[in-house]
Amino acid sequence: MSDIVLPDRLRDVAEPVRRIRTPARLDYVFMAGKATSRFLNAVAEKRLVGQRCPVCRKVYVPPRGVCPTDGVPTEEEIELPHVGTVTSFCVVNVQFYGQVMELPYVSALILLDGTDIPLMHLIQEVPADQVHMGMRVEAVWVPDEELGPTLESIKYFRPNGEPDADYETYKDNV
Amino acid sequence: MAEPELLVAPNVIEYPFSRTTGPMIGAFMTALREGFIVGCTAADGRVIVPPVEYDPDTAEALTEVVEVGDAGVVASWSWVREPLDGHPLDRPFAFALITLDGADVPMLHAVDTGGDVAAMATGMRVRARWADEREGSILDIACFEPEGAR
Ligand SMILES: [Zn+2]
Repeated sequence: MSDIVLPDRLRDVAEPVRRIRTPARLDYVFMAGKATSRFLNAVAEKRLVGQRCPVCRKVYVPPRGVCPTDGVPTEEEIELPHVGTVTSFCVVNVQFYGQVMELPYVSALILLDGTDIPLMHLIQEVPADQVHMGMRVEAVWVPDEELGPTLESIKYFRPNGEPDADYETYKDNV
Repeated sequence: MAEPELLVAPNVIEYPFSRTTGPMIGAFMTALREGFIVGCTAADGRVIVPPVEYDPDTAEALTEVVEVGDAGVVASWSWVREPLDGHPLDRPFAFALITLDGADVPMLHAVDTGGDVAAMATGMRVRARWADEREGSILDIACFEPEGAR
């Protein structure tokens, strides 16, 4: 770094500024749209629903109302089971701003049975170092009186005791 | 399928970034905290405010920090009829490019004319209104106001 020549008034300043805060904030209104509203309203009834593409037959959850591959509306609604397979996961060990979970915790991509896109959620009731790809898990819901149109209505997923899924069954979703 | 009840929710995404300033912006912020404004001398002798670490034409490292005035001339401006959250003023104001006395390049800041757009003009003189408490931030200058306003 070159030697900076400061004017007299800045030479004797005790603590020059070396760092500034530059927070970024987006404050907006999220509109869920028809498909995701149907999904979230079903969640409030302790149900999981996806939508199937009429062309490629893939089942999307949460549904966005359209197949991203074929560009057609996904109008067939599918009732989904509350069990699935861990396709990928992340053990979170680092504290960050706004964090509410106790460390370490596991965030995972979970492919619900009968769907073709994984859902991100938490894995609990198992030590973080035992979570693995192919692990079979089930949803643990909040008490009925706390159900609402939010994925927080599912507290987390936990191992359901079934043997691991065969890699072939989820290899397209890792 | 029946029409669903459409869901709408407020969403806030916030990142508490901070960044190191480097020597030039550090000098600029330090000066603001002390209540004055500095720029730097470019390779061709122009005074640039806020100061930059590298010459905009030759890319050579710049090293000379110089004090400029806290008043100057409005080079250009844009009127903000409805201030948003995070804007420096909560009544209509102008964002303006202001060429400070002793500087050759204008600097962006806000001009408060008491909400009166008719009081804004290119070429008008404005002076910094300093914040009561200063911490080393561009908002240490609360805004600029027409010279002689108080
Ligand atoms: Zn499709």
